[in-house]
Amino acid sequence: MTSLWKFDSPRHRQSKTGYWFVLPYAVFFGGFVAYPLIFSFVLLFHRWNVVTPMEWIGLKNFERLFSDPLFFKAIINTLKFLLIHIPLQMVVALGLAVLLNSKLKCRGFFRAVFFLPVVVSGVVVTILWQQLYAFDSGLLNRMLSAVGIGRVPWLIDPDMAMLSIALMATWKNVGIYIILFLVGLQDVPRELYESASIDGATRARQFFRITLPMLRPTFVVVVVLSTIGGFSLFVEPYVLTGGGPMESTLSAVLYIYNQAFYFNHMGYAATLGFVFALIILGVVLLQRKVIETEPTT
Amino acid sequence: MKATAKYLALGLGAIVFAYPFLWMITSSLKPEADIGGFGLWSTHFTLSNYAQVFERIPLGRAFLNSIIVSLSSTVSVIVFGSMVGYALARLQFKGRGALYAVVVFTMTLPFQITLIPQYILMVKLGITDTYLALVAPTLMTAFSIILFRQFFIYIPQALIDAARIDGCSELRILFRVIWPLSRPVVITVSLLTFMSSWNEVLWPLIVVRNRSLMTMPQLVTLFTIGGEAESLLGLQLAAATLLALPIIIAYSFFQRYFIESMASAGIKG
Repeated sequence: MTSLWKFDSPRHRQSKTGYWFVLPYAVFFGGFVAYPLIFSFVLLFHRWNVVTPMEWIGLKNFERLFSDPLFFKAIINTLKFLLIHIPLQMVVALGLAVLLNSKLKCRGFFRAVFFLPVVVSGVVVTILWQQLYAFDSGLLNRMLSAVGIGRVPWLIDPDMAMLSIALMATWKNVGIYIILFLVGLQDVPRELYESASIDGATRARQFFRITLPMLRPTFVVVVVLSTIGGFSLFVEPYVLTGGGPMESTLSAVLYIYNQAFYFNHMGYAATLGFVFALIILGVVLLQRKVIETEPTT
Repeated sequence: MKATAKYLALGLGAIVFAYPFLWMITSSLKPEADIGGFGLWSTHFTLSNYAQVFERIPLGRAFLNSIIVSLSSTVSVIVFGSMVGYALARLQFKGRGALYAVVVFTMTLPFQITLIPQYILMVKLGITDTYLALVAPTLMTAFSIILFRQFFIYIPQALIDAARIDGCSELRILFRVIWPLSRPVVITVSLLTFMSSWNEVLWPLIVVRNRSLMTMPQLVTLFTIGGEAESLLGLQLAAATLLALPIIIAYSFFQRYFIESMASAGIKG
């Protein structure tokens, strides 16, 4: 009797159910995370076009990668993107969030409108901006030439194309960051501002001394998410420029895609993916460290 | 005065974010010759762009495919995700801590590393060009598991104990007791999953070449960059509008949920 009781104990029942509950995930993890991860390590050392058998080539993929100008080009392009995208996004998002956080009618309406591009597919946004950016007939250039500035070679000039994509990506994503900053702003304790105004601190001083330091966790999130976004850029250059002109908008993921599905270089594409993933993890860790420890003055 | 400046800035922002969409929708209803101006109005509104898009590409089928893929992914993510979340939060079993660590590790793993091997897995299983390949990698997400776990941890133990004493199975407890108490997180995960699945382009481009299986964003993308649109602006805008419309309609109904979902996701993520 006692042994039977023990067998049916709640604890035992729980642990059995626990295993049943996580079983689907274990299968999923094995198939779609663990196996691909292991297989990616295998691919690193092979040449393979899916059709013919794999060929062991040692470290050749890495040798090739470190002498591949397009690999470095993709990194430089991504850095260029981030250099515009991150600061622009922070300024616009924080500015609009501060406005939304003040006493306001129709706050819900403005919030909803700013967030609209976030929910819409990147494909839609890209098709739309293709029209805005068109050199001869684009709306932006029509507007600019109407006010006498003249046409801007948004997507034609290799020096500009990536910046144009960064601008577009900011327009698409800034809504998320407005909301994140808004949540951050609401978390700043009221008393801080009250005691600061009693001490005679101006609004501007309060903003730089209280608001900005208190928003540091939000800044970390914004920087990290934007960085991951930059390295994940695909649809935008794929539709807008195909990576051109002169590879100036070749992004990390677009390059992996091209190597894998145009040239069937699976081993090399996996190597690129692996190295880009390491770079992402490295950059994100570094950013966290810098933003979390740097003292603000 | 200050208030005026504030509303002016916000109003300008609203125009910058909303006007392009209005322009897209109205332009898609204009004949090719009329598109190009800033204005929204036209004297010859027509549906001919839409008629032509449907003639050239199987957009109806693509819509259906997208619905099938997004819905199955969403249902799977909330059912299995909440089961794992519940086990991690409320059930005692050996290896629970390790499993949680694995889930967190999976969430931080950049997709760039698994993209190619996942594709090869589809090839090896012989399931490229199937619905299964489209949904398989998104049937469960580490992120949803973590959201569920965080939420379930705060549900009072007394409720679970009471249900257990009544003889409820754990599965019943999860879906009959926990779920009704967890509407916010269930809605959050559903919306985020549905939205990201609906908008996904890269994965369908990789695993599906058969036109009748393509999802809507995929088909519209290929339509735009391929020759089929013949650089006719009206057609591209009509296709883009059709792609955007379901999400915009859903957004107008569940706007609050969308925004709050993203906020909670961003903070926890």
